[in-house]
Amino acid sequence: MRWMWIDTVTAFEDGVRMEAVKNLSLSEELFHDHFDGEEDGLPPEPVMPGSLMVEGMAQTAGILVGSVNRFREKVVLAKVSKVEIDEDAAPGQTLRYEAELERMDAVGASTRGVVRRLDHADGVWREIGRIDLIFSHLDQNTGGRTFPEHNFVFGDNFKQILVSAGLDRLFDDES
Amino acid sequence: MAVFSRDEIFEKVKDVLENALGVDPEDVTMDATLIGDLGAESIDFLDISFKLEQEFSIKIDQGELFPENLMSDDTLVEDGKLTDKAMDILRERMPHVDFSKLDADRRVNQLSEVFTVESLVDFIDRKLQA
Repeated sequence: MRWMWIDTVTAFEDGVRMEAVKNLSLSEELFHDHFDGEEDGLPPEPVMPGSLMVEGMAQTAGILVGSVNRFREKVVLAKVSKVEIDEDAAPGQTLRYEAELERMDAVGASTRGVVRRLDHADGVWREIGRIDLIFSHLDQNTGGRTFPEHNFVFGDNFKQILVSAGLDRLFDDES
Repeated sequence: MAVFSRDEIFEKVKDVLENALGVDPEDVTMDATLIGDLGAESIDFLDISFKLEQEFSIKIDQGELFPENLMSDDTLVEDGKLTDKAMDILRERMPHVDFSKLDADRRVNQLSEVFTVESLVDFIDRKLQA
């Protein structure tokens, strides 16, 4: 399975917005390295790397953008316009990526996003970051390069996530 | 539609470029080139278009602000230089750009030098008056 950094889709409004969650678990290997503290003689401090929050938002927003054309376009992350992460997220907490489609045309799309963190101790979702992205439609690129016809961006793992969220209809009319 | 003076347009364009390219405001002068001086890459043009649309409540069509698909057409580029046909197309499609410098040196890589901050201000100015 490809590197998926969202677990499931929790809200979807066609062409408008999408929300996905990611549960953070201590059994995930990355938390044992990030940070293990050993080198600096510090206690371990397992926190979610900000770069992976960007990936989580890119997957959420990328599905939102791809769904507009029912996954016929190869949607690739082209630019990270803005990233602000105010607080850490740790194992036992849940992240929610809330992506909104800002602008879209034949060449690509821009999205705005908010990252929220659920602390299960108090049950409150707090905003901990904002991530704005730009996606490009690979086959509409201006360089005149061509890519394989097969849509390698949206593979089975993306479909699996949409199916489990009851969104099968989004690729029903896929050609 | 809102009426803006050229100074007001320049200020807004400056905000857009600071935001899209992460450049310092003092670097955004009228004669700064987007690619050479401000470091814009191809995807930034999409970003700039989107932000200008929002800022001025206008619609910018694909290829209206910056040329597209020029390089893949061999009637437009010969031996790395823009043909007469290419120059005609550019002038017709992009009246907001001063192509006189490019006319003298038609190497394709010189194309990036004609897109200045001023060409964006002119583009918006024309667009708002249309």
